[in-house]
Amino acid sequence: MTKQKMSGARAVIESLHCENVEVIFGYPGGQVLPLYDELYDADVRHILVRHEQAAAHAADGYARATGKAGVCLATSGPGATNLVTGIATAYMDSVPMIAITGQVPRSLIGYDAFQEANITGITLPITKHNYLVQDAKDIPRIFKEAFYIAQTGRPGPVLIDVPKDAQTELIEFEYPQEVKLRGYKPTYAGNEQQIKKAASLIVKAEKPIFYVGGGIIFSKASEELRTLAETILAPVTTTLMGMSAFPTAHPLSVGMLGMHGTRYANYAVQESDLIIAVGVRFDDRVTGKISAFAPNAKIIHIDIDPAEISKNVRVDIPIVGDAKNVLKSLIKYVKIEQAKTDGWIKKIEAWKKEYPLTYKKDKLLRPQYVVEQISEICPDAIIVTEVGQNQMWAAQFFNYKTPGTFISSGGLGTMGYGFPAAIGAKVGKPESTVIDISGDGSFQMNSQELATVVQEDIPVIVAILNNGFLGMVRQWQELFFDRRYSSTCLENSVDFVKLAEAYGALGLRATRKSEVKDVIEEAVASKRPTVIDFVVEREENVSPMVPAGAAINEILDLE
Amino acid sequence: MKHTLAILVENKPGVLTRVAGLFSRRGFNIESLAVGVTENKDISRITILVSGDDNVLEQVEKQLNKLIDVIRVSDIPADESVNRELALIKVGVDTTTRAEVMQIVDIFRAKIVDVGIKSLVIEVTGDESKINAMEQLLRQFGIKEMVRTGKIAMNRGAKVVQSEKR
Repeated sequence: MTKQKMSGARAVIESLHCENVEVIFGYPGGQVLPLYDELYDADVRHILVRHEQAAAHAADGYARATGKAGVCLATSGPGATNLVTGIATAYMDSVPMIAITGQVPRSLIGYDAFQEANITGITLPITKHNYLVQDAKDIPRIFKEAFYIAQTGRPGPVLIDVPKDAQTELIEFEYPQEVKLRGYKPTYAGNEQQIKKAASLIVKAEKPIFYVGGGIIFSKASEELRTLAETILAPVTTTLMGMSAFPTAHPLSVGMLGMHGTRYANYAVQESDLIIAVGVRFDDRVTGKISAFAPNAKIIHIDIDPAEISKNVRVDIPIVGDAKNVLKSLIKYVKIEQAKTDGWIKKIEAWKKEYPLTYKKDKLLRPQYVVEQISEICPDAIIVTEVGQNQMWAAQFFNYKTPGTFISSGGLGTMGYGFPAAIGAKVGKPESTVIDISGDGSFQMNSQELATVVQEDIPVIVAILNNGFLGMVRQWQELFFDRRYSSTCLENSVDFVKLAEAYGALGLRATRKSEVKDVIEEAVASKRPTVIDFVVEREENVSPMVPAGAAINEILDLE
Repeated sequence: MKHTLAILVENKPGVLTRVAGLFSRRGFNIESLAVGVTENKDISRITILVSGDDNVLEQVEKQLNKLIDVIRVSDIPADESVNRELALIKVGVDTTTRAEVMQIVDIFRAKIVDVGIKSLVIEVTGDESKINAMEQLLRQFGIKEMVRTGKIAMNRGAKVVQSEKR
């Protein structure tokens, strides 16, 4: 490529071109004026959000739906700090994201200038890496590195802070062909010896179980997982992040494990003699009381991030590498004439019959029923969730078939994530139906984005499971705080139908079971941004539940 | 258990903050810290003395390795390495104590680098225990000021902490 003279701002846009970025989610401001001037006639789509937090979540949703890094853009100071929750959300869930922020001119940095914030300092613990552009000529290299870092190894968000005067400075633009980072060399291939050892354990196991998470989805290893699980006939349990990595309806699927997992998944983990953990991190919501976790199991842990190995539990066979690569090699080494797991599978089948995942099926409109209906009417939808009860029901009662069709803030648990993330997912996958399964609490944290979806014509569906409560916290207050519902009641709630209409979106409501199917069908058929207000049972609980600090087989059914 | 970590990092602004931030986030107290450029001017070497059990230390090493600007982390074993620290100690003296202080300086093979009417500045080099011992002895005369560099360490023999794997 021949060198071209251009401004730093132009160089940013050119760098995005070189990375095949199609869309940016952003919000303008004083210190990004030169960048926005370049965007005015660039052929990168810019989606104007109504709050920077939504820009970050939308970039995150876009990344999870497409597998490509999502890009968000904000001005300095408050614009940048508003991105922080979205960046932290992406960091906890290993989502590739590039956050670009404006910064005050270099001569003013450190002088408490108007709208100055030390955003590289603030985001230090919540980014995979970040950059402050000190010299405009570094822009191409920094962008090349940033995209590489965000999308390789264990993915994550990278922030680039660009001072205003670096945006106007003229530089010679040449986009580098490769990155030189001596401190960053992710391991993709697993160690062959370790894989052989793992294979020999797998062959001998009588009660093996796969415990898989987001790593399967990021490395697109679902096929390999399925092949291996079917070869050795072992059940598969997924984390919240791993939801959709393995088909919910597959006979070997035992659903989610952990705090709100199925009884049979938790029992199976606790009784297993071998856990094959892939792309997971033994989070406290999964393991429960850690000293009582799977007492009889040997553990094989496959993860691309060496720091995850033996972080929370001691593992017997660690394998650092990309899930897809390692599973492929494992398939090669696992030779089984006759699976030894007959008895084990029978036992799990019996648990499944005895302790099914269910809810009270009466006349009342219960939130689980809404999720089941969505699953039936929109079986191929991408489901995005908010956080709390809605998130758990979406995980429990939707029948997932395709990897990557469940998008949720697992690690950070960010309320307000779902709606903007759904916007990003819909922009990335316009042909898919995208439904945000929401709560009345979470939705109100970013409901201003109705303006965005209407202006940009992004037909996402928000399905509010409206119980007039901050339901998950209320549930804990019911169970552990003597029903003292301190500040969790959202009575005299908003009229969500009118709210949607006020923004120019379609607003629908269902208050009875008989209305549920119709409103979902109407929403899908309308091809418009839609909010559906499902007025559901107020004090429904997420069940079953492992109380905090208990072992995961000490699981309770709640009324 | 005390560990000495030698950390090779890119010689860039902000890298020390990343490294130090990681320690504070994990609740690790850095007992001593020394930073300087290496034979390659693009690479700095941070020597950190920390205490903690082996599991926690393993996690810290892994987390350090995750930092993009960290090139290499190496645990330098105390018994197979040379460890040094330098201290400057300003001691109050008068005509009756000056000779005694100078004797101690001699015994420790330290140096007097500044002489005043009421004070001496002593430069002492050695491992941690030597400097502690010296400090202990000088305390009776009145230490007015003291500064220590933080420990630096190097493996004995042919073993080196390299920036590139061979």
